[in-house]
Amino acid sequence: MDHDTKLLISVVIGILVLASIAGAVLARTVKSEAAQKTVANLNARTRSWWVMSGVFCATLLLGPVFTTVLFAFISFLAMREFITLNKTERADHEVLFWAFFVILPLHYFLVGIRWYGLFTIFIPVYAFAFIPFRRVLTGETKGFLAGTARIQWALLVCVYAVSHMPMLLALPLKGYEGQNAKLLFFFVLTVQLSDVMQYVWGKTCGRRHIAPHVSPSKTVEGTVGGIATTVAISTCLWWATPFAPWQAALMALLICSAGFFGGLVMSAIKRDLGAKDWGASIAGHGGFMDRIDSLCFAAPLFFHLCAFYFGTGMNPAPPAWILHWLGK
Amino acid sequence: MIASRAIAAATRLFTGVRRVPVAPHGDGPAIYFANHTSHLDFLVIWSALPLPTRLQTSPAAAEDYWTASSMRRWLAARVFRAVLIPREGITRENNPLDRLAACLESGRSILIFPEGTRRGDGQVGVFKSGLYHLARRFPQLPLVPIYLDNLGRILPKGALVPVPIIAQAHFREPIHFSETETKPAFLERARAALLSH
Repeated sequence: MDHDTKLLISVVIGILVLASIAGAVLARTVKSEAAQKTVANLNARTRSWWVMSGVFCATLLLGPVFTTVLFAFISFLAMREFITLNKTERADHEVLFWAFFVILPLHYFLVGIRWYGLFTIFIPVYAFAFIPFRRVLTGETKGFLAGTARIQWALLVCVYAVSHMPMLLALPLKGYEGQNAKLLFFFVLTVQLSDVMQYVWGKTCGRRHIAPHVSPSKTVEGTVGGIATTVAISTCLWWATPFAPWQAALMALLICSAGFFGGLVMSAIKRDLGAKDWGASIAGHGGFMDRIDSLCFAAPLFFHLCAFYFGTGMNPAPPAWILHWLGK
Repeated sequence: MIASRAIAAATRLFTGVRRVPVAPHGDGPAIYFANHTSHLDFLVIWSALPLPTRLQTSPAAAEDYWTASSMRRWLAARVFRAVLIPREGITRENNPLDRLAACLESGRSILIFPEGTRRGDGQVGVFKSGLYHLARRFPQLPLVPIYLDNLGRILPKGALVPVPIIAQAHFREPIHFSETETKPAFLERARAALLSH
């Protein structure tokens, strides 16, 4: 573990310690029942944050294989929530089996072996075509487009987008070889910190709602305050990234904005399906999808901007052993 | 016991069903009844029960299916301790209710599906009279309704493979047999209790 990584982990531990102390103080001071409920939820969230940060840091330190497996599990659990709330039909059943047990593992296998060329098109091209092909075999035409589109969305959002995070570890960056774990850390920290800061600002001085029908908890004050604070903190972490401070600030602003809209979009889908939370797996937060909704849309954007401005070019060719195996 | 724990844990992991901390009627034997949408139904309820209750509960299962191989026979007899019910050739002498009653008389709990067959549309059908006859023979036992949500989407009728959709087993308030009630009224009350929130 290099010095920068230790420092990044210390930052996270510092924030969590602060949050835990603040939560304990609040729990003793607030009186009204509504406020106590809010504080209890806050403390449940903080406890979950300790666990999630611990798991994330540990897998990141264990290396790219563990990180890839962790994100594969996150994709699986998120897609499971997405499909559970979407009332899929009987005709979707076999397609869903392929999506969960063939397409998802294969896609993460491509992440694992770093076959970038196939990784970028596997879901948008092959899975995109396979899903309607398989479903048309069932002979059921009712709800055909809606059914296939749901599953295609599920794969794009929960698998394709999320997998750009472990793929970030394989992105060759100028003068940053072997340090990509810190870039992934920077990205995840920025998006999640932005969520937390928007929550804190929204709870303390949120007045005007941004989109009351889509997400009743999002306010102008919360969003602006949260994003501004996060950009400020993330800019101060530029030393862990391949960016200059101003570049770090722009990147942080971009991923916070994409995270904000991502959260809003997933919230709109959730409400369209008539639910408040995607699940109940993470105490205080809701489901896995509630936790990663803002990461989904930001991850591929961040990946491609890093590759475009700072990358030295991804190799699209398959790994040597595959070429050998194919007899080429 | 180890097999029971392992199978129950794997089932909960795959279906997302949570274990209930205590049986809803407290201790002692009961008649559990649930809506029927999937081959996994009994496995899911059995896995959701707290361990001591689970070891005391015998699910009703189709005899032809669960005696078809030695593996299934072992599971049915040793792990689930199922009451095997013939699906065809039912006569007065070969009444499946007698097997369930014998199980209850030995002090165990049973789990039955009063609709009799799996439904494909997610609705809860009309209850057959088996539940009524059992309740009348054991009026002291609590009848615990369990509403299964989404099981029919995990493994629908006619599907070969399951998908990992999150299911729920909702344990409802127990009901009791009443001497004064007619059979249709009792069965309707039991069905309403299953559907109540």
